[in-house]
Amino acid sequence: MDNREVLVDIKNLRTFFYTEDGVVPAVDGIDLTIHRGEVVGLVGESGCGKSVTALSILRLIPNPPGKIIGGEIFFHGEDLLKKNEEEMRMIRGDKISMIFQEPMTSLNPVYTIGDQISEAITLHQKIDGTEAKKRTIEMLHLVGIPEPERRFSQYPHEMSGGMRQRVMIAMALSSNPDLLISDEATTALDVTIQAQILDLMRGLQKKLGMAILIITHNLAVVAEMAETISIAYAGKIVESASAKETFKSPRHPYTYGLLQSIPKFTEKKTNEPLPAIEGMVPSPYHMPKGCRFNPRCPFATEKCREEEPEIVELTPGHLVRCFHPIES
Amino acid sequence: MAEKVIEAKKKGQRKSSDDYTYVGMVFHRLTRHKLAMVGAFMLILILLFVFVGPLVWRADPNEQIESLEGMFNVPSRAHPLGTDDYGRDVLARMFFGGRISLFIGFISAISSTIVGAMVGLVAGYYGGWADDLLMRFTDAMLSIPTFPLLIALASVMGKGIGQIILVIVIFGWMVDARLVRGLVLSLKEQEYIEAAHAIGASANRIMWRHLFPNTLAVLIVSTTIGIGGAIIYEASISFLGFGVQAPFASWGNMLQNAQQFIWNSPRLIIYPGLAIFMTVLGFNFFGDGLRDAIDPKLKL
Repeated sequence: MDNREVLVDIKNLRTFFYTEDGVVPAVDGIDLTIHRGEVVGLVGESGCGKSVTALSILRLIPNPPGKIIGGEIFFHGEDLLKKNEEEMRMIRGDKISMIFQEPMTSLNPVYTIGDQISEAITLHQKIDGTEAKKRTIEMLHLVGIPEPERRFSQYPHEMSGGMRQRVMIAMALSSNPDLLISDEATTALDVTIQAQILDLMRGLQKKLGMAILIITHNLAVVAEMAETISIAYAGKIVESASAKETFKSPRHPYTYGLLQSIPKFTEKKTNEPLPAIEGMVPSPYHMPKGCRFNPRCPFATEKCREEEPEIVELTPGHLVRCFHPIES
Repeated sequence: MAEKVIEAKKKGQRKSSDDYTYVGMVFHRLTRHKLAMVGAFMLILILLFVFVGPLVWRADPNEQIESLEGMFNVPSRAHPLGTDDYGRDVLARMFFGGRISLFIGFISAISSTIVGAMVGLVAGYYGGWADDLLMRFTDAMLSIPTFPLLIALASVMGKGIGQIILVIVIFGWMVDARLVRGLVLSLKEQEYIEAAHAIGASANRIMWRHLFPNTLAVLIVSTTIGIGGAIIYEASISFLGFGVQAPFASWGNMLQNAQQFIWNSPRLIIYPGLAIFMTVLGFNFFGDGLRDAIDPKLKL
């Protein structure tokens, strides 16, 4: 349905962590496709493997204890998992950039922000200092930092969280990446700043045309930003569809539960408590047999407890991993 | 009149910590630290003594008076601190000996910090077998009884300032290595290091450009205190006869020289002893204050 060129194609990615207490299958067969210029949301609870997926794309999984044990990550048609460290370094920060959750700690306290953005630029482009400075100031201007010339020589501690996240975005976009990974980039910010940063990212996406992978647990963020949404649960993608479709007619019970648990202000006031998904995320050491969601699923049957469902395309572009998908 | 009072009041107002740069803030805290100021005062006295002294009192530290009358003179106008067993002017020898002692102290403390930082960075950053190997080597170095080996080393390598510095560095880097390794272990988990990886920085770049500057605050303190230690080390080595060789003076070999005459002229031991004591104490006080000033959790 999407006729744009495929930028990233993750196939059956498996990243495990080998800890003293056992093996943690943080990512256990995730498939994800990102087209050129597409904004994709990857949503899930803590520990469902969203961040590990992002770090796997950049091959930044700390090893030990983590290891990518299987799957393929095609980027521009080449498998990133087959590249050596040197080739990966050329891609990181150049073709694929990432912004992190904590703007307060993602900048090195001992360098000015200008130094840090310039570093990101000179690492990948053969330009001299004055040229890099010019480009840095341009980037600072682009992300809406007032007085970029003055800010250039300021240290991270002189800036607020929102400003620092803008700096991080400037750094990530300084080399015109094809893919920007935003790992909970707005989670640590307060709501008004969150909205500003999301606005900024959307504006820049339109302007520069890069693809964005938004990783978040916040459905409101993806609702605002993403074209396609993938919902992850316990290391697997359980549902993947266009944003509109996901919110209008969720097919997987987990997605349905998530959407139900969002308070709605438009509905009439009732005294009913807010619906919640029963139970807890399974311990990674003891994944339930069969469908991983079955202990919490209101529709679970004997089959769900025995067999693991495959992901199937119910309607064009709408993939669900469930034996008993909810009727739309 | 009234305006002046208001102005003076304004000036006297305590600035908040936001008004300072990092260095300015550390300096500000340092000036409020009494012990550090005592240490700084002692160090300034010593530095003045060693560097300005020779300009005021011009005497050749190595000139001997070859007569019985010239030896072991008590302090007089001609020799403010008297003369030693060769009839040399003790004050002049204190000046130049102090320069050598301080030089050795500085250079060897800084060098051992650099060596220690390198070992600690590599061990902490790479972890795994590199960490095990380097840290067990550090442990081994720490468990060697220093003095017997030092004497052996000194006799093999020969005598001289360069050799002393080398020996002090060989036996002095371990504490810094442990310190830096510990720091790097926690620093490398910081998000800005992850971010540095994500912009495609190499391991070397991350170690030296991103991690090392973040350990500097601690290293400066450790070097300051290390200078005192190195001066004592130099004195001990010289005391054993392996250090700076005659006719050149260092506080350490002046002590060594004077030990034979401890009953006849105890002042020959007291002068360099006191100088070493003052210097080391000064550096320790100052280093202590510096540590307090750099510690961000402590708001003075």
